[in-house]
Amino acid sequence: MGVEQKLGNMGVVTTRLEDLVNWGRTNSTWPMLFGLACCAIEMMSTQASHYDASRFGMELMRPSPRQADLMIVAGRVSRKMAPVLRRLYDQMSDPKWVIAMGDCASCGGIFNNYAIVQGVDEIVPVDVYVAGCPPRPEALLDGIMTLHEKVRGEKLQEWA
Amino acid sequence: MTVGMNLGMPGGDNIQELSVEELRAKYGSGLEIQSEENMLLSMGPQHPSTHGVLRLLLELDGETVVNLAPDIGFLHTGIEKNMESKTYTQALVMTDRMDYLAPMSNNFGYILAVEKLLGVEVTPRAEVIRVILGELTRILSHLVWLGTSALDVAAQSVFLYCFREREYILDIYEMVAGQRMMASYFRPGGLWRDVPEEFVPAIRNFLDFFPSRIDDYEALLKENPIFHKRTKGVGVISAEDAISMGLTGPSLRGSGVNWDIRKSIPYSGYENYDFEVPLGTEGDVYSRYLCRMKEMRQSLGIIKQALDRLPDGPVQIDDRKIVPPPRSELGRSMEAVIHHFKLWTEGFKAPKGYVFQRVESPKGEFACYLRGNDTSKPARVHFRTPSYVNLASLPIMAKGLFVADLVAIIGSIDIVLGEIDR
Repeated sequence: MGVEQKLGNMGVVTTRLEDLVNWGRTNSTWPMLFGLACCAIEMMSTQASHYDASRFGMELMRPSPRQADLMIVAGRVSRKMAPVLRRLYDQMSDPKWVIAMGDCASCGGIFNNYAIVQGVDEIVPVDVYVAGCPPRPEALLDGIMTLHEKVRGEKLQEWA
Repeated sequence: MTVGMNLGMPGGDNIQELSVEELRAKYGSGLEIQSEENMLLSMGPQHPSTHGVLRLLLELDGETVVNLAPDIGFLHTGIEKNMESKTYTQALVMTDRMDYLAPMSNNFGYILAVEKLLGVEVTPRAEVIRVILGELTRILSHLVWLGTSALDVAAQSVFLYCFREREYILDIYEMVAGQRMMASYFRPGGLWRDVPEEFVPAIRNFLDFFPSRIDDYEALLKENPIFHKRTKGVGVISAEDAISMGLTGPSLRGSGVNWDIRKSIPYSGYENYDFEVPLGTEGDVYSRYLCRMKEMRQSLGIIKQALDRLPDGPVQIDDRKIVPPPRSELGRSMEAVIHHFKLWTEGFKAPKGYVFQRVESPKGEFACYLRGNDTSKPARVHFRTPSYVNLASLPIMAKGLFVADLVAIIGSIDIVLGEIDR
């Protein structure tokens, strides 16, 4: 049953503003084109022909943080990179979300040493963690859909 | 531990707030500024065409690159140091994560070094399977290079085609190792386990359809006038310069230097295969492109020969001090249980001494220096990674060209930052 059958000839839909805005946000979440390490290659696979992330309204990856809504931290964050990452996050305009993709970004992964930030949540607030080293593209897509679920339940005031 | 904005840099500096000159003075980036009238620009670390987190300090006269210096270390992971605290087998997983476009090539170099240190010879079947997977990895890496470097010169569709074929190779990875990318399939003394039945038919199928796919990529790029304009005569490096800068791999062979470790210092039985080393003539971006495309075809030839001679037999050596016993023995033999326990708790011990092993990875000469000290953990591991050395010749190639050409050149030397910073 498609939406046109629900509408009939009425031509008018009533909904809550919050639902409409969140529906729009979930279906046009532009991620930032920003890869760090191994996970970035799986992120590219997710974008490419086989898995095709554009099915979820994110075919456009924006290299500029000003035009991006979602930061996918794909890979290990070194201590030299951490201030840069935070700067990029600060440059993104609201509303913005963060997915920590992979074990390194989530908790340091196998690199428990002097060079790697033990979880990117030390520097930016993370919405969804995706496990795996590296996560399969399906896992990243699942993370994106989990984020969509979260966005659908958000209040407009939170970003005001 | 609370980590704030200023972590990482000595003295708590926020690098984004420093000017290029301050950065140069403080951290010695090596950029010698020619004229105060020129513009200084920082390209990266977040830039779509630097293939990762490379930062380039550029001195520009208008749009012309007068001088540049790469600033690396944004992905420094401490892999070499971390490996010293792991057993030889555990340390293997670290090598996957250096050049993550060609994980099995890194495994190959490290595992050959470990075996050289231990003084063991693997079985013929394991040797041939390693060659098959090593060459598949070369194609895997070249596919990502082709897709991304074509994106850099604004050819979008090639990327989508390349990743379609890449998925097939990743499926083969998953079939043999259970992991899509970080396989860690080569183990000291052989392989993790024998390949499944579907392996040979899957590779045969790949050999059937892949040559026509290479034709497809070439149809998109080889005679494309825009691609020619962007690549021909761009980023030229002479054979002498290439040798003196230590360039290796297709980037070196694009300048016409015949140097391939598989031919010069054969390993893992490469001397028994019949293949050619493709050479370029011009030393520009286009020559390097041609070299890699021909290399993919040569790799297919090697895989075909290897499949035809794939012998039966075990894939692990018969030495319980190095290779764990099969699961079936654990219920019957006390000795097997003890070996299993010793190997998974302590690991095998390697003798005192050092070895140096080179392999031809897709990006060039990958070498592993390994020092043992009679314990189960390496005393020192060092990698000579091709991307790190190849990056050094970027200033030679790019000086006097436009910024847009610089982007094409970075794509053509095929660097991976995980391997550069380690």
